[in-house]
Amino acid sequence: MAKVIVITSGKGGVGKTTTSASFSVGLAQQGHRTAVIDFDVGLRNLDLVMGCERRVVFDFVNIIHGEAQLHQALIRDKRNPNLYVLPASQTRDKNALSMEGVERVLEELQDEFDYVVCDSPAGIEHGAVMAMYFADEAIVVTNPEVSSVRDSDRILGILASKSRRAELKLEPVREHLLLTRYNPRRVENGEMLGVEDVKEILAIPLLGVIPESQAVLQASNTGVPVILDEKSDAGHAYEDAVNRFLGEDLPHRFLEVQKKRFLGRLFGG
Amino acid sequence: MGLFDYFKPSEKKSASVARERLQIILAHERAERNRPSYLPKLQKEILAVVRKYVEVDQEDVEINLDRRDDCEILALSVTLPEKEEPKAQRA
Repeated sequence: MAKVIVITSGKGGVGKTTTSASFSVGLAQQGHRTAVIDFDVGLRNLDLVMGCERRVVFDFVNIIHGEAQLHQALIRDKRNPNLYVLPASQTRDKNALSMEGVERVLEELQDEFDYVVCDSPAGIEHGAVMAMYFADEAIVVTNPEVSSVRDSDRILGILASKSRRAELKLEPVREHLLLTRYNPRRVENGEMLGVEDVKEILAIPLLGVIPESQAVLQASNTGVPVILDEKSDAGHAYEDAVNRFLGEDLPHRFLEVQKKRFLGRLFGG
Repeated sequence: MGLFDYFKPSEKKSASVARERLQIILAHERAERNRPSYLPKLQKEILAVVRKYVEVDQEDVEINLDRRDDCEILALSVTLPEKEEPKAQRA
């Protein structure tokens, strides 16, 4: 039975979709059959970040309404045969995701996959609650910035009280902190919350730190998840985070200011 | 920058201000989150009853709900004014 992972944050624009895309590619690269679902009904975007926007025929809401079969809606990733994308619907009906419908789709996916990754919309409205409700594990994406940290704390409160695991008094959802858009130079200058600060405030285990990187925008521009960019720090940091999630004990990288060597400085490397 | 700027106490870095502000607001919000929804109303009504006899402010009545294992303890504390004056005398 597959594990359900929600990628959540409360605040928008912190990197949920970027993380969902890279994380699911990473899981698939490690040989796990992975499905990634876009829960952002009305604002579909995971397809663009994954580079499969022109192959969308049916979507999540079509499946819930019984207008198509699950295998008709799942888009197989061109780069990795272990990975499938279930796009969000562009309908404006926010309540299109019924609890029973979501549960049925997740159950069906859990039979065929090892991991089901749920890309949550921002906010704490219905779509976000549905993305969190069935989760076994939660990756809380946080920027080192006051509003993001506060919203993450709020999300942790919801996971602890309103998820299925909380309501059924099962073992609680396992929480992981993923700190994104981290800028070691600004942390060093005292202008940005450091990884230790955020860890201490939110008090959940740290899964990874993704450095702020130009590669992230370039990745979404081209529809190739940043984890596939072998030259970028952000890509390597995502790879580490996935491997840590799978149980490897890896040191955190990219927390310090990279000192450029003389030649590197000379050629702007 | 003048020579004397070296001797000024350095301004607090914004990151540490952020950390302190977050710690305070989140402690507050977490406490709020774990309270049952009837507590604010209960506090108001108890305050009204207390006020029939003693002059106290909203802040002088504190209601806390503690959970220990499977038992809940509702603690009510009312800070009374130092000098107890009957209302009638003050008028």
